[in-house]
Amino acid sequence: MVGDGALVRARGLGKRFGDFEAVKGIDLEVRPGEAFGFLGPNGAGKSSTMRMISCVSPRTGGELTVLGMDPDRAGPRIRARLGVVPQQDNLDTELTVRQNLHVYGRYFGLSKAHVRARAEELLDFAQLTERADDEVEPLSGGMKRRLTIARSLINDPELLLLDEPTTGLDPQARHLLWDRLFRLKQQGVTLIVTTHYMDEAEQLCDRLVVMDGGRIVAEGSPGELISRHATREVLELRFAPGAQAAAEPSVVDLAERVEVLPDRLLLYTGDGESALKAAHDRGVVPVSSLVRRATLEDVFLRLTGRTLVD
Amino acid sequence: MTTTGQRSTGTVPSPTRAALLVVEGLWAWYRRNWRSTVISTLVQPALFLVALGLGFGSQVEPGPATGGLPYVQFLAPALLAATLMQTATFESTYPILSAFKWQRTYWAVVATPISAAQLLAGQLTWLAARLAFTAVAFLAVSAALGAVAGPGFLLAVVFSLITGLACGAPIVAYAATIESEGQQFNVIFRFIVLPMMMFSGTFFPVEQLPGWVQPVVWLTPLWHGTELCRGVTLGTLGALPALGHLLYLLALLGVGAYLARRNFVRRLEV
Repeated sequence: MVGDGALVRARGLGKRFGDFEAVKGIDLEVRPGEAFGFLGPNGAGKSSTMRMISCVSPRTGGELTVLGMDPDRAGPRIRARLGVVPQQDNLDTELTVRQNLHVYGRYFGLSKAHVRARAEELLDFAQLTERADDEVEPLSGGMKRRLTIARSLINDPELLLLDEPTTGLDPQARHLLWDRLFRLKQQGVTLIVTTHYMDEAEQLCDRLVVMDGGRIVAEGSPGELISRHATREVLELRFAPGAQAAAEPSVVDLAERVEVLPDRLLLYTGDGESALKAAHDRGVVPVSSLVRRATLEDVFLRLTGRTLVD
Repeated sequence: MTTTGQRSTGTVPSPTRAALLVVEGLWAWYRRNWRSTVISTLVQPALFLVALGLGFGSQVEPGPATGGLPYVQFLAPALLAATLMQTATFESTYPILSAFKWQRTYWAVVATPISAAQLLAGQLTWLAARLAFTAVAFLAVSAALGAVAGPGFLLAVVFSLITGLACGAPIVAYAATIESEGQQFNVIFRFIVLPMMMFSGTFFPVEQLPGWVQPVVWLTPLWHGTELCRGVTLGTLGALPALGHLLYLLALLGVGAYLARRNFVRRLEV
């Protein structure tokens, strides 16, 4: 992809609130049709970055173009062509599901007829047609989230920004939402997603950056990041809290790397089963053990020394 | 649905249209929920007019203090101003806080091409419309109760609207800064709105108050509104005092709107 085709380009992008530097000079590029992710723990600077890309929060450093324009000068023109799903739902809960779509669409200067027709398509897409005339207030969290996503699509955005789209939802609601987002991706909508769930990042993102403390610490596809920063398999040895540290010296040479967490040891190795057998042979007796594929969680742990969700 | 390379259908509305679209959104809410506002809009002023205007007023001899009119006709234009002041105060407190904090609907609006300043312009325009409904409802109730002294009452409707906005705009500015659950609003209702209602000449001429209190009364927007509304209804309003009262209210409205705009931008575009 040529650089000029980038929908978002940032160079040294920074955001400072008084003495607090939320985003410390990041570089990134989002290309048409890709699903791009920001992965990081709470406070990593993901939402601040999203708000700058959404053209609602002016940057305090560096350069930023969105859809080829500078948000400082063309904010409304850019926002007209974006879809935004904020971290916290901000639906009008005293209006009906359908009215939320109608009212919101009008803010984009769309005609009433256009908004009405588009709303019906989106109700269908979000599986909310049966609830269209119900007030929003009593809807479940998953339904509200789907409505927020439907609302963000009312202007057929060229770029859809989703800030923590499934945080706080139960597993079933999350899977339904991922399915809808996956469909959008297949239709060619460019997505930018922030998340602190590594499974979400792996499900949705073609390419992602790992953020920590306002900086980008790694960039690549989920697969690339895992192969670059972790081993193929991980052996988890779970102990009673405190006992894990005592066991560490006995297993440290069984893996390429060992991480010590409060209740377990993580052994990074190409062959988890062999490492487990070797540990047993040395008389290490964990409460339980598990051999699994390495994930983005491991990448994050490797890069920052901390877990994503505390 | 959208596909790659396809241009979004979104456009940027002109600033005026943007504000009117905000009004349209608030109107959608009102159309659905107006019933909950009937008590404060229609029933409460009617009760005041009946109980105080007709009931208590039956004990008041028409005299110099009432401009020679029955008490209910003396009361009605001032009560109109006071009702709009009350409605404006309420509409400028919890609904604004809610749109920032509980429902967060303002954050949804500024993610569209509409800016924080245009959002505020729409919110204040809506406040004016909401006050206009209240004033017209009040006019109808007053007419039905024989409380309208003359055609000057129609001008009182306009002046009461300005009074309401002059009270509302600064409170909108204040509400836009509040991060808590809005306990501060009770202070406004109890220590500003209620005393203002009691002592701004709504129910009796302020000349009846001790001399040292009167300069305090002159600072209240409601006193200026009352002088305008009652004066124009009774036909006792001089041109120069009218100008003075009007300028005071417009200045308050201007300062309030300016601060509200600044606070909206500070909170929504950071």
